[in-house]
Amino acid sequence: MIPKVLRNPWVALTAIIFAAGGYSTYLRFAKGLGASTNLSDQFPWGIWIGFDVLCGVGLAAGGFTICALVHILRLKKYAPLARPAVLTAFIGYVLVVGGLLFDLGHPWRIWHPLVMWNPHSVMFEVAWCVMAYTTVLAAEVSVLFFEKFRMRRMTKIMHAATLPLSILAVLLSMLHQSSLGSLFLIVPGRLHELWYTPLLPLLFFTSAMGAGLAVAIVESNLSARGFGHDLPRPALLGAARLAAGILSLYLVIRFADLLRTGALLHLRFDERATWFFLLEITVGFVIPIIYFASPAVLHNRRTLYRAAQLCLLGFIINRLNVSVTGFEVVSGHTYVPAWTEVAVTITIITAGVWAVYFAERYLPVLEAHPAEPEWRWKGEPATKLAWRGA
Amino acid sequence: MYGMLFDASLCVGCESCVEACREKNGLPETDGTQLSADRFSILQEEGDYYLRRQCLHCLEPSCVSVCPVAALQKKPEGPVTYDFDRCIGCRYCMVACPFGVPRYEWSSAMPRVRKCQMCYDRLCDGQQPACAEACPTGATLFGDRDELLAEARKRVANDPDTYANHIFGEKEAGGTSFLVIGPPEVMAAFDPRVPDEALPEKTWAVLSQIPTAVGIAGTALMGVHWIIRRRMTLAKQRLAHEDAEATVNTVSLAGREPATEEVER
Ligand code: SF4
Ligand code: SF4
Repeated sequence: MIPKVLRNPWVALTAIIFAAGGYSTYLRFAKGLGASTNLSDQFPWGIWIGFDVLCGVGLAAGGFTICALVHILRLKKYAPLARPAVLTAFIGYVLVVGGLLFDLGHPWRIWHPLVMWNPHSVMFEVAWCVMAYTTVLAAEVSVLFFEKFRMRRMTKIMHAATLPLSILAVLLSMLHQSSLGSLFLIVPGRLHELWYTPLLPLLFFTSAMGAGLAVAIVESNLSARGFGHDLPRPALLGAARLAAGILSLYLVIRFADLLRTGALLHLRFDERATWFFLLEITVGFVIPIIYFASPAVLHNRRTLYRAAQLCLLGFIINRLNVSVTGFEVVSGHTYVPAWTEVAVTITIITAGVWAVYFAERYLPVLEAHPAEPEWRWKGEPATKLAWRGA
Repeated sequence: MYGMLFDASLCVGCESCVEACREKNGLPETDGTQLSADRFSILQEEGDYYLRRQCLHCLEPSCVSVCPVAALQKKPEGPVTYDFDRCIGCRYCMVACPFGVPRYEWSSAMPRVRKCQMCYDRLCDGQQPACAEACPTGATLFGDRDELLAEARKRVANDPDTYANHIFGEKEAGGTSFLVIGPPEVMAAFDPRVPDEALPEKTWAVLSQIPTAVGIAGTALMGVHWIIRRRMTLAKQRLAHEDAEATVNTVSLAGREPATEEVER
């Protein structure tokens, strides 16, 4: 007899994923990294770093980008996106730490960088940024609990702290996003020239802002469907246009730099690197820019959503190119993640999705915003109901 | 500072050094031909000659600079050592080493980074590294790095027929404590992609800018916020002012319906 709760397809799927993730976790901690991953002396970093950490942190960038728009630039129209973005960033960072615990050879020593210092190490900077920004995010998110449980004094204190927290959030994110790029500054000989550049920190920071905005768009769509809320239309359009601008800026910097280093002139179409490079640029940048910049796409909920998804996909390809493909093509060693590595990663993502779901359901995350009955998404009837829970 | 000099033209391939290393470090017998968690030093066949491969104990080691907890350290005596009790197992050292030297105990649940430490403990006791002591032909020499470098220069200059005109480790990655000379076919085995500059500088160029960047960005953020808030306050005051005037007008135009306009604004 199947328990009733498992008959919900989402719950059933989650149960399967968690079972696979649970087994992989056992393997990882009982038998070590060798038994649970395809990592090797030639390939010491895999998808737990390339995806869980690099992409996880990047995708949490919506937290500080939207936060800056709302609390520092005081652009009111983005306000409906602020709480979901900060919440997602917090959950994202908690999961990144979770992913790190899997990847570190000695997870219980994760606190070592607090007392054992090496300011010359980018990893040291990364460690401090993760810890500091997770704390700031926790403070930003705490206001949801204070409001929920009507703790007036704490709520007031936290509201008053919004501006300093926002400034801290922006500064720490700036450092953290760019430091993930700086991690690779020390491997000029080992990373392919299409990805290695002294500008890596700047490129990581810029693309993370674009991806952060895209996450805000995707998430807004998902929660609108899931909870039958209205989409904050002006905020989404603004975010899309802003993303188009940021992604274009990224392309300009990236190509100017590739011309400078000459990597573009060495493009060879019989190389795997070239195709992965083109894939990343087209899917993650060129198509989303065209989409985000064309009114016809922007005013259609579905195409806007699609464009944001493409942007995220391209972002993920970019991070994996830097951390996996770029090393593979130079060293000649290949790395294909073990199924257990993939299972852990999917488990982490699933946990994140559920965490966001429950938070949005039970905490005051999605603030009410005025309905706009006179306005409608192209190709859909004017009623609000039309794009509730599809 | 100490160093080592390996002269490939003198090596007969007896593997005494490899054996001595195994015994000194208590490593199991393996028949692997690559560096591994159980092999800190190997002999690699290159044509008629042999090349010793192991950690080169860089003068400005990438591995030391990237280790977040300073588990790896460059000792003033020359060796690059590893302190397991600090290591968190991030494996950044393995990614960063330009020569791909550090190895990991992948099959262990308590994994260590493994590599040659130039017998640091023996050095502290006034002995030379086990491999140098074991070498029967003098192909592996231990001594002051500057003296060894001078010796290498002399050999290369005196016998250009035997030696390639290249002392590996003099400049590579900013210079290393372990130097290699030998016939051209041996020297060709080294990875040409390793640049002469010390790699940690590439990172430090960015890391050292952080305090300045944070200062500038922080000030800019607060400045922007202040300006925007000020302008919003001014705009609000102006609106309130206009509203007051508008109310006066509305009152004087009694009878008309001001409600719709008010709402729209
Ligand atoms: S060769 Fe590699 S492991 Fe050895 S000191 Fe240099 S960077 Fe460190
Ligand atoms: S694996 Fe250990 S020794 Fe290597 S960089 Fe990380 S903490 Fe340092």
